[in-house]
Amino acid sequence: MLTVRRIIKAGFQDFWRNGWLSAATVSVMALALSMVMGLLLLSVLTEALITNLENKIDVAVYFNPGTEETDVLKIKNDLFSLPEVKNVAYVSEEDALARFKERHKDDPIISQALDELDVNPLEASLNIKVKDTAQFPAVVSFLERSEYQAIVSKVNYYENKDVIMRLTAAISAIRKGGAALSIILGVIAGLVAFNTIRITIYTLKDEIGIMKLVGATNWFVRGPFLIAGALYGVVASLVTMFVFYPLVFALSPAMSRFFPGADLLVYFQHNFLALWLILLSVGVVLSVAGSVIAIGKYLKI
Amino acid sequence: MITFENVSKFYNAHPALDDVSLTIAQGEFISIVGQSGAGKSTLLKLLLAEEKASEGKVTLDGKDVAAISQRELPFFRRRIGTIFQDFKLLTQKTAYENIAFAMEVSGRSKKEIQEDVPQILQLVGLEQKAHQFPRQLSGGEQQRVAIARALVHQPDIIIADEPTGNLDPLNTWDVIRLLTKINELGTTIILATHDREIINTINKRVVSLDKGKVIRDEQGGRYIL
Repeated sequence: MLTVRRIIKAGFQDFWRNGWLSAATVSVMALALSMVMGLLLLSVLTEALITNLENKIDVAVYFNPGTEETDVLKIKNDLFSLPEVKNVAYVSEEDALARFKERHKDDPIISQALDELDVNPLEASLNIKVKDTAQFPAVVSFLERSEYQAIVSKVNYYENKDVIMRLTAAISAIRKGGAALSIILGVIAGLVAFNTIRITIYTLKDEIGIMKLVGATNWFVRGPFLIAGALYGVVASLVTMFVFYPLVFALSPAMSRFFPGADLLVYFQHNFLALWLILLSVGVVLSVAGSVIAIGKYLKI
Repeated sequence: MITFENVSKFYNAHPALDDVSLTIAQGEFISIVGQSGAGKSTLLKLLLAEEKASEGKVTLDGKDVAAISQRELPFFRRRIGTIFQDFKLLTQKTAYENIAFAMEVSGRSKKEIQEDVPQILQLVGLEQKAHQFPRQLSGGEQQRVAIARALVHQPDIIIADEPTGNLDPLNTWDVIRLLTKINELGTTIILATHDREIINTINKRVVSLDKGKVIRDEQGGRYIL
């Protein structure tokens, strides 16, 4: 117990008295953690980008004029029961007409042409969104089943198929690219943090030798380094959080313009504690593990 | 009692010590002399179990030093105080804390530390500089802190490896006087040096080493090479 207290005290003392060394270690560690934080925020942005893209992709199924609304709503319910389907929006003939008029109200020719007609030329439709755009063919083949043939006028999947496929490919490329980037930068951040700790220990290797010669056990030597290592992680994670707060505050509006639907500031504020805990555990684990490995070879005296 | 029985130590087939046999009794003051590379430091390292003998056996009170396990080593070392040419003080700790550290490693209580450290600082004449860091002390003062640290365990043996190598003549004599005083209190002193004047003045047992061999071993010896 006495020994544990002495080790903890020595750890704090080492951290404080080796002020410049600690400051240097903490700064590099904070840079590495900033990289981790950057990756976390980047994943939020790409996720928003992907959701945004996916929301733009839908398939509409049109129904023959005069189809009973109850039949259409029955299909809507059937569609909802499919696991792939995310959302189905019903647009009645009247809604379709109203929207069409609204869209072309500045075009007198079309408005006049519509007024000439005494029947509504537009068809009722269901707009279908799926969870994964690769699942559209399954949904489309469901709609092409014979029981619906009588009322379905057309499914606009095939003319849009190319665009949908291309967007799907783009989304998957963004996902894969993001994952690869995260892994590479994550490994770099880890190596940087780990080597910083190794260099820190290296500069203190003479002290380790002296402690051993005075008769300190390995744990009595190692202990304070582990405490100091944990402190590097804690301080670096705090520094990173407080550097990122104003940064996110300043950049969030611009980011929202590039990535509609992504609000970094709100995300940062809501997940402040979780983000900090992630950085804290990454920082502490890296520096403590780095310390243990680096001290090992200087203890063999 | 310390014995070296036909001890040899090779570094890449080059002999640093060559068939050395020595017996050092408790309470003796023995000087090991020789030029650089004669094997003085190797001899001390074998005794401290920093290195293992290639041949032969080093014993302390009948126990084979090379057979001490890695776990027991710290406890063994607390029985031997060591002093070095480069002082080997912990730079981030004050004089007081350097000495206290040696007591902390052996789990001594706060009360013991608070009693013993000032006494020992007084013995080496540094009670005024207790809270200075090594960089704020002169070479002689740093060496006296190192001696104080070596003494806190009340060791049976003190090994001094060129303790005056970095000191001016005045500080040199301070350190030697201190070692002689400690020896009079019953501690075995093993002093490695190549300072002719010290050897000729203290008039104790001198072991001369040359190229790893003992070439002379005499009481009241003089420095002759």
